[in-house]
Amino acid sequence: MDLFLLQLLNGLVSGAFYALLALGLALILSLTRIINLAHGGFLVVGAYLGYVLAGLLGFYPALLLAPFLLALLGVLLEALLLRPLYARDPLESLLLTFGLALVLEEAVRALFGPVGVPFRIPEGLSAPLFPGTAFFFLTRYRAFVLGMAALAGLLVFLLLRFTALGLYLRAGAQDREILSALGTDVRRLYTLAFALGVYLAGLAGVLAAGQLGLSPTMGTGLLMPSFVALILGGVGSLGGSYLGGLLVGMASGLAGQFVAQASEFAPYVILALVLLLRPRGLFGQEGFFE
Amino acid sequence: MKAKFALSLLFLLLPWLLKALGSYAALGSYILVWGLAAMGLNLLMGYAGQVSFGHAAFLGLGAYGAGLTLKHLAPSTPLALLLGTLLAALAALLLGPLVVRLKGIYFATFTIVFSQLFYFLAFQWNEVTGGDDGLRGFARQDLHLLGLKVDLTASEAYYYFVLAVFLLLAYLLWRAVDSPLGRAFLALRENPLRARFLGLRVERYLLGAFVLSGAAVGAAGALLAMLINFAQPSMLHWSTSGELVMMAFLGGRYRFFGPLLGAALFRVMEELLSSVTEEWMLFLGTLFILAVLFFPGGLADFLRRWAWNRR
Repeated sequence: MDLFLLQLLNGLVSGAFYALLALGLALILSLTRIINLAHGGFLVVGAYLGYVLAGLLGFYPALLLAPFLLALLGVLLEALLLRPLYARDPLESLLLTFGLALVLEEAVRALFGPVGVPFRIPEGLSAPLFPGTAFFFLTRYRAFVLGMAALAGLLVFLLLRFTALGLYLRAGAQDREILSALGTDVRRLYTLAFALGVYLAGLAGVLAAGQLGLSPTMGTGLLMPSFVALILGGVGSLGGSYLGGLLVGMASGLAGQFVAQASEFAPYVILALVLLLRPRGLFGQEGFFE
Repeated sequence: MKAKFALSLLFLLLPWLLKALGSYAALGSYILVWGLAAMGLNLLMGYAGQVSFGHAAFLGLGAYGAGLTLKHLAPSTPLALLLGTLLAALAALLLGPLVVRLKGIYFATFTIVFSQLFYFLAFQWNEVTGGDDGLRGFARQDLHLLGLKVDLTASEAYYYFVLAVFLLLAYLLWRAVDSPLGRAFLALRENPLRARFLGLRVERYLLGAFVLSGAAVGAAGALLAMLINFAQPSMLHWSTSGELVMMAFLGGRYRFFGPLLGAALFRVMEELLSSVTEEWMLFLGTLFILAVLFFPGGLADFLRRWAWNRR
């Protein structure tokens, strides 16, 4: 039973990273209609930014600052590279984000070397949350990761649901032509959505660095299950993508309990099932895949 | 006519030219193999208009198929090529019906994700694939043609085998493209809705393009495995799929031989840059971004316009 809980918890922590990434992907996709293949590259840059800042200022300021700086980089790159392509075939934007993914990852490799570097988390976070009980495996850091992911998800929900800006973002996701015709500068919304998505990738990057360690390839490993999460949750549904991330993480964790290799395959089995049984995903809008 | 003659001469003498330039003969084979793979992908990408970021799976299946054939089944180079190609085609046939319902960026995303499944399979299935270390212990075999034995051990000899296979498959691809089938692919690219109204079964044609292009990439994979006598999981990684997309795009996806040009550009730049820096991908990635922004027609289109303006 304890083993079962342990795997479930492990899965949930990975799921938290997938959820943050998938939520960011969904935000970007819903407005710009781009699937950001560079999301993993942004995560890596965010993680290494966090690593550098943590060395200078400590862990908590780095956790606050790194995603923010990354979001600024995201705004710059979006304005410079993606904006000229919105009027063209969406496939060209997709190709551009692939090139960007290569460049970001290779830049990190050039600056920090191909081998991973250790990332120190504060002493206070590495201890078990309930020492001496059967739940010794729940370190404070894991609880912290889960808490931060929940907080980020909640804040994004509140932003979208209860602010004027959120109203614009949701309107843009629903019909950007109409919104544009009503006099809103939708390009600024695109930039904003991109920044927000990249911010979440940066947050996931710094948190994942503390849990999994740093390496230039960490982005790809986390990005693939996030794509599955995005599709499982349903393209067009932000809450769905977040929940999809948690579900994919838990499914991988549980599958790993029976056969170690199965945890890698679980997301793909889920994906095949979704495509066969419910192509629009759990909460997807009609018409995306049908 | 003069240009064609010069080009034929170039490809006939490529290994020797490369050696004279201080490079090595096998680079010629690399260019042809990757060119064939990029042209195979381009049947889907340039002609049918759907970008796959998962074709490395077929490259890898071709490579492992050829390697396993040589290792366990029979010591025959043509059989290894054939079975590698068939394995890739079979996988494309099984995977195709799942993905051809999707279009555009969703098609691209699903192909990435599914190809990673094959990557993990190659990575994890130690007993068959050799896992992380890759598949070793096989080598390309001599060719027996009409009682004549052709020794393929030397890089130069193998180059001519690759060239022959390349020409044959390029001819078959050209026949597919230059036919009613190829026109249907173009119709799918230009206006899928209209194609459907005209009575074309969009999904079925897309599946055809997917399987043909998967098979061509699989053949390239088999040739690649026998070129280096080795198959490794990274051949199936999605970054390899991305390399194929970059080659096809950089070379020019709207020209039949554009991807070959892209493959040559890619591999030659890799050779030149990797002797200077470890991070040669940084430069190619930047070049690719610039190409997407400013030269969406690729090098072939650029050269064509340049030649046109000089006239």
